[in-house]
Amino acid sequence: MTGFLPPFSWNLFTDLRYMWQFAFMRNAFLAGTAIAIVAGIIGYFVVLRRLAFATHALGHVGFSGAAGAVLFSVNPVYGLLLFTMSGAGGMALLGRKAATRDIEIGTVLAFMLAVGLLFLSLYKGYDTEAYSILFGEILAISDSGVVFIVEAALVVLAVMALIYRRLLFASLDEDVAEAKGLPMLGLGLTFMLLLAVAISIAVQVVGVLLIFALTVTPAAIGVRLTTRPLYAVVVSVLVALFAVWVGLFVQFYAHVGDQQFPASFFIVTIAFALYVAVRVGQALSGWLARRNAPPARPGPFARSD
Amino acid sequence: MKGAPSHRRAHPTGPAVIRADRLEVGFRSKPVWKDASFEVGRGEFVAVIGPNGAGKTTLFRMLLGLHRPLAGTIRVLDAPPRRGNRRIGYVPQRHTIDNETHIACETLVRLGFSGTGWGPSFAIRAEREAAADALRSVGAEEFANKSLGSLSGGELQRVFLAEALVGNPDMLLLDEPLSNLDLRRSRDLVELIHGLVRSRNVTTLLVAHDINPLIECLDKVIYIANGRVATGAPEDVLTSASLTELYGVPVEVLHDSRGNIVIVGGENPHEREHA
Repeated sequence: MTGFLPPFSWNLFTDLRYMWQFAFMRNAFLAGTAIAIVAGIIGYFVVLRRLAFATHALGHVGFSGAAGAVLFSVNPVYGLLLFTMSGAGGMALLGRKAATRDIEIGTVLAFMLAVGLLFLSLYKGYDTEAYSILFGEILAISDSGVVFIVEAALVVLAVMALIYRRLLFASLDEDVAEAKGLPMLGLGLTFMLLLAVAISIAVQVVGVLLIFALTVTPAAIGVRLTTRPLYAVVVSVLVALFAVWVGLFVQFYAHVGDQQFPASFFIVTIAFALYVAVRVGQALSGWLARRNAPPARPGPFARSD
Repeated sequence: MKGAPSHRRAHPTGPAVIRADRLEVGFRSKPVWKDASFEVGRGEFVAVIGPNGAGKTTLFRMLLGLHRPLAGTIRVLDAPPRRGNRRIGYVPQRHTIDNETHIACETLVRLGFSGTGWGPSFAIRAEREAAADALRSVGAEEFANKSLGSLSGGELQRVFLAEALVGNPDMLLLDEPLSNLDLRRSRDLVELIHGLVRSRNVTTLLVAHDINPLIECLDKVIYIANGRVATGAPEDVLTSASLTELYGVPVEVLHDSRGNIVIVGGENPHEREHA
């Protein structure tokens, strides 16, 4: 992209039309849209099931898979899928508690990163490959890559639509859901495999190291803004879409001199800015509410119920 | 018996809805308790009492079809226990919910109603009405839209009770709903549960550490200790003679002037001392 500076006008319509003339931008928007929707939905359950660190770790497991695939001249997506799905399946089979064990997961994470490093050092094109796996390369997604991402996204969405209520119940109130006859292991395994697919496709946008920004941050915003799971999922998807779309747009036009910036930087920064805005906004409104509330006078026997 | 409450309803025991016959329960052929034969009648309010690790929760898991007996037979609502029995409402001791769970109470109660369904729900109005009914019946309608994480322990227990009641079950299994509640809130919750048992004629088993908040409303006590089970009316089970026989060591049951009891001896005697 360096050396090519697209002309920016204040007419957004012209800008969009100009930008979408380019196949790589159309591919980036298509893939980014599919990934944002999947990550937004899966992310809600990541937050609900407290799997944020497990998600981060699965990204790193995927790193060694992708690096291994590169070494053996296989499409990195297959390496990503193989490794993340094995890791996710392992976590699911060890039980729900296993996926929240920080120390064990962190230990495996570091090892997988080291294995990935070894694979990459054995491969000659070390720098660029490592860079694109670690930080994503959404502008380099091929036509067949887009097809694969959209297909994978559709599979995840179809399964999620089918198991949504059951998964929500099993995530929110495990023991009751089990007593009501829900298959906890099956649901946990299904979700972890969907998470692995979501991570494998999202890595292509934001990379292994920034996976959090798409799979957790939008959902964390959704959870803060509403107590209704469906609305929270919608907010989460909208935030992810906004971050990806605006991030891609800004990346396309923004430059300082002839220096351009990576798309993942903008996508992650937008998600981060929205998160900070929501936290600050909520802190402020909480402070205002307390300030304007009549002073509470709890007597010695005041009810807290 | 002196000290026993007199205003318990004269309860004509209904047809048995739980029948246990020489039941033996445990893990990997290591019995937790055995040789238990008892019956619970329809509409009875039963306390399950005993020290930690005595196998109270295991009894519930067996009634829910999550745990198989090692020997003997058990029938629940005229059938062997099976998982997913919609006629049983359950409030577990352990919950995944904590003060960071930012989800509306009504959502949880609705999941209790239709959370096992596939695909999107198309019976939204029926769900809403069922959830509203259940929340109203436990006096929790005002928390419907509050997040679970913002509720106090007593409020949360009422919402869990609504979740268990939402399908109008014939039996309620409540595992330690009174733990973490102070004495006054314990009594409020017991009063609420007692009202539901009587007005809906729903057979209710309640696991508790301390029998005192319950003692005035109970029809029956299932006392599990020392690998054995004693069952009967509270005034028959909670006696020095009966508990001494159950534990196999001298146990004394003391009464105060208001009908509260203290059990001295047995396992962990200090844990049970309560005024």
